[in-house]
Amino acid sequence: MASPAPDHSGLDELDRRIVLATQDGLPVVSRPYAAVAAQVGCTEEAVRERLTQMLESGRIRRIGAVPNHYAIGYTANGMSVWNIDDAVIDPVGERVGALDFVTHCYRRPRHLPDWPYNLFAMVHAASREAALARVDEIAMLLEREFRGACKGRDVLFSAGILKKTGLRIAG
Amino acid sequence: MSETSTPGVAAPAASRRGLAATREPDATDRKLINALQGDFPLTETPFADVAAAVGLDEAEVIARVQAMLRDRVLTRFGPMFQIERMGGAFCLAAMAVPEAAWGEVAEAVNGFPEVAHNYRREHSLNMWFVLATERPEGIADVAGRIEAATGLPVHLFPKEKEYFVEMKLEA
Repeated sequence: MASPAPDHSGLDELDRRIVLATQDGLPVVSRPYAAVAAQVGCTEEAVRERLTQMLESGRIRRIGAVPNHYAIGYTANGMSVWNIDDAVIDPVGERVGALDFVTHCYRRPRHLPDWPYNLFAMVHAASREAALARVDEIAMLLEREFRGACKGRDVLFSAGILKKTGLRIAG
Repeated sequence: MSETSTPGVAAPAASRRGLAATREPDATDRKLINALQGDFPLTETPFADVAAAVGLDEAEVIARVQAMLRDRVLTRFGPMFQIERMGGAFCLAAMAVPEAAWGEVAEAVNGFPEVAHNYRREHSLNMWFVLATERPEGIADVAGRIEAATGLPVHLFPKEKEYFVEMKLEA
């Protein structure tokens, strides 16, 4: 899927007012876009148009609900981290990211000597055992397909959400 | 722009768990959560459209979404902005927070509007949060201000490559 090119020209004034009005969420009322329009001082039609444009340009990933993982049964949220040979980090990342139980997969810098890991793969599961089994599955896959490339790993389980607000830009 | 409350921070017992949901969603809530993780309609009465799709009436959908937000079964409802496409930046960050200072540091970190998510994780680096700023250079700036406010080093883990991001979890 082609990604829209990054646009550093930023937002115009109306876009910006709409972002500020909706970054804490949409009003949960019968006509949410009319409620946003009343708040930012434009027409309902303009709010819907601007949101549509922001979706098309990739500035909005999607509009909808973000469930609390714990509440819907994904009680084990394991951040698996891997020390992967730089020579094969990209093919390894693509392979791990393609697994259906991996929800996010990124390459990030090491912080030596304390943090040797350069690949982050988030695994959500119904139990810690299930999450660990999936991490073992990743390890076996790497040993099979990229022998010797994995120099170490760890899994950091989440012990609680302290804050989750999504984007906030300063007013 | 400030948080209206910081539940859990004051009470040490609750702070381990963070912003836990106060109940489990029932079968109808789960059906609704799954429906609301798709593309929310950009129509005049989007909740009525969702209601028709899942076989409920509009008033019940609105009441259930409000209740799930209140009970933290949902952490958010609305547009999920892709700040990098608006000229801004995201960065994962972590700190090693001493247990004795946990509540105080969590409150200080969560008080920064640039902190979008914050999770407790089991590791010597035990506080992991996401910084979101309007300009890429804002990341280093807010990291410096968090270090000044807490007296603790902030380790930055910028995304060097995104292999995969899934934004939906089945309820």
